[in-house]
Amino acid sequence: MTAEPSGVLTGIHYLDGDFACGEGAMAAGCRFVAGYPITPSTEVVERIGRRFPMMGGIFIQMEDELASMAAIVGAAWTGTKTMTVTSGPGFSLMMENIGLAAMMEVPCVVVNVQRGGPSTGLPTMVGQADVMQARWGSHGDYPIIALCPQSPQEAFDLTVEAFNLAETWRTPVLLLMDECVGHMTEKVVIPPASEIRVVNRRLTDKKPEAYRPYEPDERGVPEFARVGDGYRFHATGLTHDERGYPIMTAECQARTVRRLVDKVRKNADRIVRFEEQDVEGADVVVLAYGITARVARAAIDMARAQGVKVGFLRLVVLWPFPEAKIRELAARIRAFVVPEINLGQLVLEVERCAGGQARTCGVPHAGGGVHDPEEICRVILEAAQ
Amino acid sequence: MSTEPAPRSTEEQHPITPYVRMDRMPHIWCPTCGIGTVVKCYVQALVEEKLDLDKVAVVSGIGCTGRVAGYVKLDSFHTTHGRAIPFATGLKLCRPELLVTVFSGDGDLVGIGGNHFIHAARRNQDVLVILVNNFIYGMTGGQNAPTTPLGAKSSTMFFGNFERPFSLPHLAASSGATYVARWTSLHIRRLTRSIREAVRRKGFRFIEVVAPCSTLYARLNKLGTGYDLMKFYHDFSEIRNDADTSELDIEFQSRIVCGRFVDKERPTYKESMDAHYEKILGSRYVPMKPEGGWIP
Amino acid sequence: MTRTEIRITGFGGQGVVLCGYVIGRACAIHAGQHATMIQSFGPEARGSSCSATLVVSDAPVLYPYIRRPDVFVVMSNDGYEKYAEEIKDDAVIVYEQDLVHPTPKPGQRTYGVPSTRIAEQLGRALIQNIVMLGFFGAVTRIVPRQEMREAVRNSVPAGTEELNLKAFEAGWTWYDEQYGTRGSAAMAAPASTG
Repeated sequence: MTAEPSGVLTGIHYLDGDFACGEGAMAAGCRFVAGYPITPSTEVVERIGRRFPMMGGIFIQMEDELASMAAIVGAAWTGTKTMTVTSGPGFSLMMENIGLAAMMEVPCVVVNVQRGGPSTGLPTMVGQADVMQARWGSHGDYPIIALCPQSPQEAFDLTVEAFNLAETWRTPVLLLMDECVGHMTEKVVIPPASEIRVVNRRLTDKKPEAYRPYEPDERGVPEFARVGDGYRFHATGLTHDERGYPIMTAECQARTVRRLVDKVRKNADRIVRFEEQDVEGADVVVLAYGITARVARAAIDMARAQGVKVGFLRLVVLWPFPEAKIRELAARIRAFVVPEINLGQLVLEVERCAGGQARTCGVPHAGGGVHDPEEICRVILEAAQ
Repeated sequence: MSTEPAPRSTEEQHPITPYVRMDRMPHIWCPTCGIGTVVKCYVQALVEEKLDLDKVAVVSGIGCTGRVAGYVKLDSFHTTHGRAIPFATGLKLCRPELLVTVFSGDGDLVGIGGNHFIHAARRNQDVLVILVNNFIYGMTGGQNAPTTPLGAKSSTMFFGNFERPFSLPHLAASSGATYVARWTSLHIRRLTRSIREAVRRKGFRFIEVVAPCSTLYARLNKLGTGYDLMKFYHDFSEIRNDADTSELDIEFQSRIVCGRFVDKERPTYKESMDAHYEKILGSRYVPMKPEGGWIP
Repeated sequence: MTRTEIRITGFGGQGVVLCGYVIGRACAIHAGQHATMIQSFGPEARGSSCSATLVVSDAPVLYPYIRRPDVFVVMSNDGYEKYAEEIKDDAVIVYEQDLVHPTPKPGQRTYGVPSTRIAEQLGRALIQNIVMLGFFGAVTRIVPRQEMREAVRNSVPAGTEELNLKAFEAGWTWYDEQYGTRGSAAMAAPASTG
């Protein structure tokens, strides 16, 4: 399927990442957004709120982020593509109903324009310290997909992709932007609607009598029925069976939660996405994501000028984590260098997957700015020793 | 549009059996708990109103009353604690043709969910809220609620509650609800009639049903059986339609005022939005379609 | 690879961000370069002093922030004092001459324009930023005049295009009249990596 033209602002634009994200959502067919103002994410909904009335969409500013997240989960049951947008403190509040969306298997998109934390932290300045919260922030075991744009262009492209993944896997998908990308203005090319690939929700063709809301297909994904179409189904945040009925047993828990988690885990090779550059023959591979990926490339240029064989692995999808790729690289390189704007989060995943085969060197940054390329370069040079 | 069988009263089948998920029986509610009665009144009202039940959705939060969504044979959602109203808000806005009922308890809707309650009322979201007030947190074991009467014991206020409770009709009315009523779970005919009336209205409609927890509240306060307790409230209730909502406080083991207190018209959130955008944007405005905004 | 860093500063209401936006748009869309603009946010952007930065390059911009600007566009004296220290020793300073009193280092070149007065003469003080933009364009020749004009036309509110283009031309003309018809060497500033 391709995009529905009414939401697509085809053209060459000079946009910031927040606006580009909003345009991506509209191009993807999102028609319901609930949100609560929070810096540095608010521009996304400001853009949407201005354009939605002309395309049959509804934006509602809710009373808080708890309500915003609950509203998009409720709205998604009508078949509408839904999204909410926030930053750190609001992301914390959304965790409750991100868990509900994962448990009920509701497709929706949550954008977190990351700023410095913890708590109120640095509202107007960049951070990347929510990447583990994105993976584990709601309680219990649940699947999650998270994408990480490095530019306004990618804020557009990956927002479309976030909706496509949400629809494909019936799960909440997170777009982990950061303040720097969100507030950075660059050229953004929005293609014609006919050239934007859009996945729309597949509705069950079963008759209501034969429909079981949580009966999985071969990929582990159940078929969707809309509220109001006569299926009279039940959905709950409690552990439930294929009928959607609560069953309070360890057996049902195992069946339900395993299927939920496996839906993403076992299909990881269809979701994982990264870009690699010059990893063949590299001694050191720099792994980075979001704005830090760009700064890291500047550092790689510096290190190469000093004769180090450096490869680059940029994560486009953070979760699921590209475990297989890291293992494969670990077997043939000397070290990973992982710069990120936190005090060591994704580096732990790299270390886990490297399993001692290659050294793992973090380049932490507490937030409020990006790394100096020189600092990353220094660690690359050390790692190459 | 499906044709619903009329509720029958036979020895073999309870009249609401066709509208309940019988494969989930027995339910979790205690003997003499009032919640089941409220469900019966609700279903009866829908059927008497001859609504297309395919176009009715029930949203519940967490708690004893939160389980209602799991038992009614309708599109039904058992959500997170306190969030039934915002969940229902999103659902209703994106499929405006549905009747969306929020069915939950006092702790859920005005304790943890209190902020959502007042804002949905303020915006006049088009949802019918049926709140069963059992005076305590029932499912978690009888803890103090924002509705526990002054002086009543709860498991977290062993020496009696000293916090002033909400008067729920007053809270709803002053927040902007367009229909406000209070009954007890023994006012079966009046409650059914009130639900029928509320179903025909639009906007934020609120019905409080007093049904003190027959297990925990009754035991902690030595008030006899659940039936004794309900009968007390039924017998000591005074029906005063259009009463001033500032005079509806519930005191411990005292007379309570029931009735319909508010019944007025005010544009719903969606109506206000549509009218506003039509005025500002004219034919450029594309409203959400009754059947929803899904793009095939 | 050439990389030019620009800082634009002024007080709130002077249109600092729009000025940066038009430059970025001109470079990135109309002149086929890469341009990353970042505006200051938060209380700072709502109070007295306001700032936008640009990195313009013929290659994709990796490091998005500026470190030592090649060009400093200043519309308020507060802004000058706040940022003058960071600019390059051979930076070009483009300033509002009635409001800013630069004290350049020996290698720094200064170009002044009474942009507010010119805007007032055109009938609207609000277009001061576009006068400044025209002047900046003439000083730096960062993109050809026509591309910059296009960027102005596509960035300002509908209905104000003609007035803004007039402001743009007035700024450019001021440069021609006061400083001759050759652009400065700002764009030939030494390339830095990143």
